[in-house]
Amino acid sequence: MTVEKHDIVIIGGGSAGIAAAISAYNNGCKDILLLEKDAELGGILLQCIHNGFGLHRFGEELAGPAYAEKWTNMLKDTSVKVKLNTTVIHLHKDKTLTYVNPVEGYVTISAKAIVLALGCRERSRGAIATPGYRPSGVWTAGTAQKYLNMQGYMVGRRIFILGSGDIGLIMARRMVLEGAEVLGVAEIMPYSNGLPRNIKQCLDDFDIPLYLSHTVTDIRGKDRLNGITVSRVDDDLNPISGTEMDFDVDTLLMSVGLIPDTALLTEAGISLHPKTKGAVVDEHMMTDVPGIFSCGNGLHVHDLVDFVSMEGEEAGLAAAKYAAGNLSGSRGVKVSAGEGISYVLPSYISPQDMEETLEIKLRVKKNARDVKLALRQGDKLIKELKKLRVAPSEMEKLKVTKAELKDVTGELSISLEN
Amino acid sequence: MVIYMTDTTTKTFTCIVCPRGCEVTATMNSAGDIEKIEGNFCPRGAEYVKNELTHPLRQLTSTVIIHGGIYNRLPVILSSEIPKDKMMDVMKALNGVEVTAPVSRGDIIINNVCGLGVDVIASRSM
Repeated sequence: MTVEKHDIVIIGGGSAGIAAAISAYNNGCKDILLLEKDAELGGILLQCIHNGFGLHRFGEELAGPAYAEKWTNMLKDTSVKVKLNTTVIHLHKDKTLTYVNPVEGYVTISAKAIVLALGCRERSRGAIATPGYRPSGVWTAGTAQKYLNMQGYMVGRRIFILGSGDIGLIMARRMVLEGAEVLGVAEIMPYSNGLPRNIKQCLDDFDIPLYLSHTVTDIRGKDRLNGITVSRVDDDLNPISGTEMDFDVDTLLMSVGLIPDTALLTEAGISLHPKTKGAVVDEHMMTDVPGIFSCGNGLHVHDLVDFVSMEGEEAGLAAAKYAAGNLSGSRGVKVSAGEGISYVLPSYISPQDMEETLEIKLRVKKNARDVKLALRQGDKLIKELKKLRVAPSEMEKLKVTKAELKDVTGELSISLEN
Repeated sequence: MVIYMTDTTTKTFTCIVCPRGCEVTATMNSAGDIEKIEGNFCPRGAEYVKNELTHPLRQLTSTVIIHGGIYNRLPVILSSEIPKDKMMDVMKALNGVEVTAPVSRGDIIINNVCGLGVDVIASRSM
């Protein structure tokens, strides 16, 4: 049996995948296939009807569906082939993959380069082991968002939200606007994981209390949820007895974090990063399987879609170079997270192979003010960036040039310094 | 020259204009006039705080019922911001609005909603 072969196959037609396809096309690759499991392109943006997307890219604040439509229209000006309703079920090291769709059935194809733009999933109740009964009425915030914004179903009337991630905050406002009552948001950490603007415009504007250092310690209800208990937690995040507060609610929305979707990566033998939970990549977004690239929320969870698109473009450029035989794929030096940093991406940088500039992405462990992000090889300072304030909820970027890294020979590390 | 000490009050806002979320502090004199605005990364932050102190404005997004589309709800947005205390009025005006596909992004769904001089427009084509 002959297997159809493409220069580049991109898996996932959300913001990262679309940007990767356009970028690969603009960088000379004309045989690109984009596979999307849903009935239209756009990914999670289609349910994110709030505004705030595209400020960096388009200089305006678009609703999610509008941002997706702009990109989808740009894609129409290319010869990129798109297959919708198409789910990839196998991915192998030799860059063959198998997809299924209602028209072709079960199909195996191969590619010179593959870009994974798989997006992320919400952590669920099971993932954080919330105690209590298992009635109906416990939803991830994103599921409730899809029901409300795309299908028109309200999942409840009296709502509590666990987790202060942006989706939870956005949904708090959305549910109030649609006539529900949101009794509060509990966050186990002493700080919110959402953007400050969303605390302001989604909670404060509607007088919704945010309980920091609190978590849900009981869920009640036989068929439908009829109440929850929220308790304060200590420094080790353990609930403190005697601090229980009961809330009479019919719905609990969970916004307790996002994790990259990596089901396909394991089968292909791609190494995963212990912190980001996505692939380990080098400066070209290439995984440790040469020719397989990863980007977007499927690589590490971003705060802003504009940066997802940008990362997709980087991966698309790299894939186009690889497919044309212009990328060596040498691993380079390791980049590690030093004091105060939770992760850095990429994990490897090749000073020889890198583009003229590279944005190293990172997250800090704690809120801090008047600090510096310092990139060092051993004790030698290579680059530093002063920051007025940093927060775990905001991805930081440290831009380096090829010239700045030309003498680098050993492991690099980025740390947070005073 | 004699410098008199005047009573000033300060108020700090989280700017919602962009995802950066600057903490902007406004200093007012005893008459309530703004004397100083600081902490904003861009001019829009100062503008935001001025509005916030006098007449807070908000963008509003929601959905309306659509027939014949790929989904049964069409996302909508406002052509510009409205007074914060009018958000619920606009939500009420959106209740019961039904449109039929095809709709193009930017199409006006409600002209001059609630007499605010702002249109409700389609966020996407469907």
